[in-house]
Amino acid sequence: MIFSQHIWKSMQLLSLMAVVWCVLTPLAQASKSSEDIRCKCICPPYRNIIGHIYNRNVSQKDCNCLHVVEPMPVPGRDVEAYCLLCECKYEERSTTTIKVIIIIYLSVVGALLLYMAFLMLVDPLIRKPDAYTQPLHNEEENEDARSLAAVPTPSGARANTVLERVEGAQQRWKRQVQEQRKTVFDRHKMLS
Amino acid sequence: MMPQLAVTTILEHPRAKDTNMVNAGDMNGSGNLMDFLDEPFPDVGTYEDFHTIDWLREKSRDTDRHRKITSKSKESIWEFIKSLLDAWSGWVVMLKIGLLAGTLAGVIDLAVDWMTDLKEGVCLSAFWYSHEQCCWTSNETTFEDRGKCPQWQKWSELLVNQSEGASAYILNYFLYIMWALCFAFLAVSLVRVFAPYACGSGIPEIKTILSGFIIRGYLGKWTLLIKTVTLVLVVSSGLSLGKEGPLVHVACCCGNFFSSLFSKYSKNEGKRREVLSAAAAAGVSVAFGAPIGGVLFSLEEVSYYFPLKTLWRSFFAALVAAFTLRSINPFGNSRLVLFYVEYHTPWYMAELFPFILLGVFGGLWGTLFIRCNIAWCRRRKTTKLGKYPVLEVIVVTAITAIIAYPNPYTRRSTSELISELFNDCGALESSQLCDYINDPNMTRPVDDIPDRPAGPGVYTAMWQLALALIFKIIITIFTFGMKIPSGLFIPSMAVGAMAGRMVGIGVEQVAYHHHDWIIFRNWCRPGADCVTPGLYAMVGAAACLGGVTRMTVSLVVIMFELTGGLEYIVPLMAAAVTSKWVADAFGKEGIYEAHIHLNGYPFLDVKDEFTHRTLATDVMRPRRGEPALSVLTQDSMTVEDVETLIKETDYNGFPVVVSKDSERLIGFAQRRELILAIKNARQRQDGVVSNSIVHFTEDPPELPPNSPHPLKLRRILNLSPFTVTDHTPMETVVDIFRKLGLRQCLVTRSGRLLGIITKKDVLRHMAQMANQDPESIMFN
Repeated sequence: MIFSQHIWKSMQLLSLMAVVWCVLTPLAQASKSSEDIRCKCICPPYRNIIGHIYNRNVSQKDCNCLHVVEPMPVPGRDVEAYCLLCECKYEERSTTTIKVIIIIYLSVVGALLLYMAFLMLVDPLIRKPDAYTQPLHNEEENEDARSLAAVPTPSGARANTVLERVEGAQQRWKRQVQEQRKTVFDRHKMLS
Repeated sequence: MMPQLAVTTILEHPRAKDTNMVNAGDMNGSGNLMDFLDEPFPDVGTYEDFHTIDWLREKSRDTDRHRKITSKSKESIWEFIKSLLDAWSGWVVMLKIGLLAGTLAGVIDLAVDWMTDLKEGVCLSAFWYSHEQCCWTSNETTFEDRGKCPQWQKWSELLVNQSEGASAYILNYFLYIMWALCFAFLAVSLVRVFAPYACGSGIPEIKTILSGFIIRGYLGKWTLLIKTVTLVLVVSSGLSLGKEGPLVHVACCCGNFFSSLFSKYSKNEGKRREVLSAAAAAGVSVAFGAPIGGVLFSLEEVSYYFPLKTLWRSFFAALVAAFTLRSINPFGNSRLVLFYVEYHTPWYMAELFPFILLGVFGGLWGTLFIRCNIAWCRRRKTTKLGKYPVLEVIVVTAITAIIAYPNPYTRRSTSELISELFNDCGALESSQLCDYINDPNMTRPVDDIPDRPAGPGVYTAMWQLALALIFKIIITIFTFGMKIPSGLFIPSMAVGAMAGRMVGIGVEQVAYHHHDWIIFRNWCRPGADCVTPGLYAMVGAAACLGGVTRMTVSLVVIMFELTGGLEYIVPLMAAAVTSKWVADAFGKEGIYEAHIHLNGYPFLDVKDEFTHRTLATDVMRPRRGEPALSVLTQDSMTVEDVETLIKETDYNGFPVVVSKDSERLIGFAQRRELILAIKNARQRQDGVVSNSIVHFTEDPPELPPNSPHPLKLRRILNLSPFTVTDHTPMETVVDIFRKLGLRQCLVTRSGRLLGIITKKDVLRHMAQMANQDPESIMFN
């Protein structure tokens, strides 16, 4: 029974990732607009003609000097010699991917900034009335006593509401981060 | 340190079964998503933070689980399918790790690209485009100002409508510094507030974790999120650091996350480390676009026990990650790395001499960097400098931005710099480095340009590169190790590439102007393309990277996967070998081992050789003058005695002997198991009081009537602890600890227990023998 629930959970995750991929890929391919492909030809200086770069939105099979270099700066006989010097590359990009990723990144950073502001400014003001509910054990107590007492009673926890459980999880997380901060920043025990 | 437990005790322990069921129910929660908010119960088989795991116990637990599944699979079709799914779960985990690691690397690459250019200007048509993306479709680029297009405007153009002149320069300079400071401050604040474990490179800690150490939270979800977000910020801020080491950490966090979804890996710390080794390979693979190099890096640098089964799975994860990154296509040319090299010009035997010189330079720079960086990090650990991490980051960013802006080679991102240095000069390059004097009648195609004399631009570029080299050498020493995610690969490669390119241009010019000297006459005719300075840059980069990290095979494989060909293997190997020899002459440790020693992690290096002639008696505890060994007796101690012993000492385990007179060894009992078993007995069993006799034998001892019920603790006793005799040479003992992953070993003489050697004692002894400070081994 436990195994099947594992399978169910991982299938949920896999299907979620598959959905995300399926959304992104057709988006990326559907908008293979003229903005997303180009053929770039770099032609070096030739005789008395200066060097030039040519960009055109053509497909890969048309990506050569004859289709891209327009107007041709040399007369018909020299075209072949000129084109031998030119180097043409086909490049593709996905503007949708770039847009989606940058916007998601900025929103994640924005959310983290808001949460940080909340934790540092708003939270102490809310928690001031509850400042007396200190944890029962302080840090210096014997590790065994802490581990003996830390085994919670299994029955009482489930009766709480969702909000209280979120509160509890947040408090636990804050304690963990504080411990990590002490280890890394104050005691310099890890990560120099 | 937890001792090994006899196999049967885990399965029969009632509490183990209870918490297993409750824990499993908790994890799946009967569909209730909110169950992950509850605090997890401490399981019998789990370890405490900052402790070492017991490799043999984990291995035997996994064998048992596998045997149970195999025997049940014959019962019904459903059980058979379950056994198949169990076998495939490893591959599913690897697939997911590859997908997520590739996706995150793509996100990081795109975001870095955009934010680096944000310091200089903004794209008006769509603000999310970087400079190159903004000018991608523009038809108005001419050759002279190929980088300009009307949609991209520098900040001075946007704010004061001027693009040239002193005031525009100063405004651009000022805004560059402001953006860099803003990014760096944001990064260090996020690290400090949300995930302090996200700072540093991550590779020394991952090496320690993979050798069996537990650091809870180091590979957690918040660390993953914060490391990804702040990595983009610090790389964009222009600091002299790279993203490869942190990408390994990010990939291992992904590995940890996915392995916690399957009980096969989440309950077994040994199997989990196999997954983490593979995840590290995926991390390097996306950083360099080098799947094979990634696997070899994981094998050589990061992993401790690398069973061959992991080799194939790591390769799979690395390939999936590389393929995912390729499909995101962050650089628009289907390449995974910005500095991919595409030329195949040959090199000549006589060039081996400058390549070996570059190797020597790489080795010397590696030694210098390691010594200076460790001294600076030690100062940060011990003096007041360590109390101001945010201020330190801001000051270093300000200094970096102020000095980097004037020099065009340091103003751009380090990856772009390396890309420019690696690339060969075609006929149509606009950078100053390629300002050669062209022959106007030349009609050769772009990739076969003969050697040309250097124009004035090249000389300017040379002294600018020299200044940039000195600056990068100095500033990286202060940057690596700050409280932000920082990697070391890219700055080392940049230093090596700059030195290599300068040497290459030097050799090229000498060959052009003196092509009638004996050394050049045979292989370098005038009009031929004999010297490729880009190759010298690559060799220099490999040499410096090898000098700092002391990588061997993985370095060469990564570099040749970067170049896409086997032509340059011999110069790369020559440089890598030389740099390793030169660097090893000054000190045996690479940068990661040096940081492990600095932090005192309990890492028993496989590469260290122990050649001293000490014996086990010299290292074991108790020494002469110390109090006697705390032991438990077989059947003559009460519950109260045991509890007092536990409270008064802080040892992690106690040997169990027959009696105080005849100290014949029965087994080893673990502190945590004793505490849990006694607590359990007091709560559940009737008649167990403080005066109850604790017995580790099969049958209770003879007791007078009316005595309280005895407590049988044979279940938690390990009946097969490892023992050595007192005359065993320490060489053998160290080998046993390394190969079997032990945490403690008992010392006996003529069958009588004499003392105990723990892993910490071994590490302290090795440090003492190497004349280092034995008190620096800090963790348990």
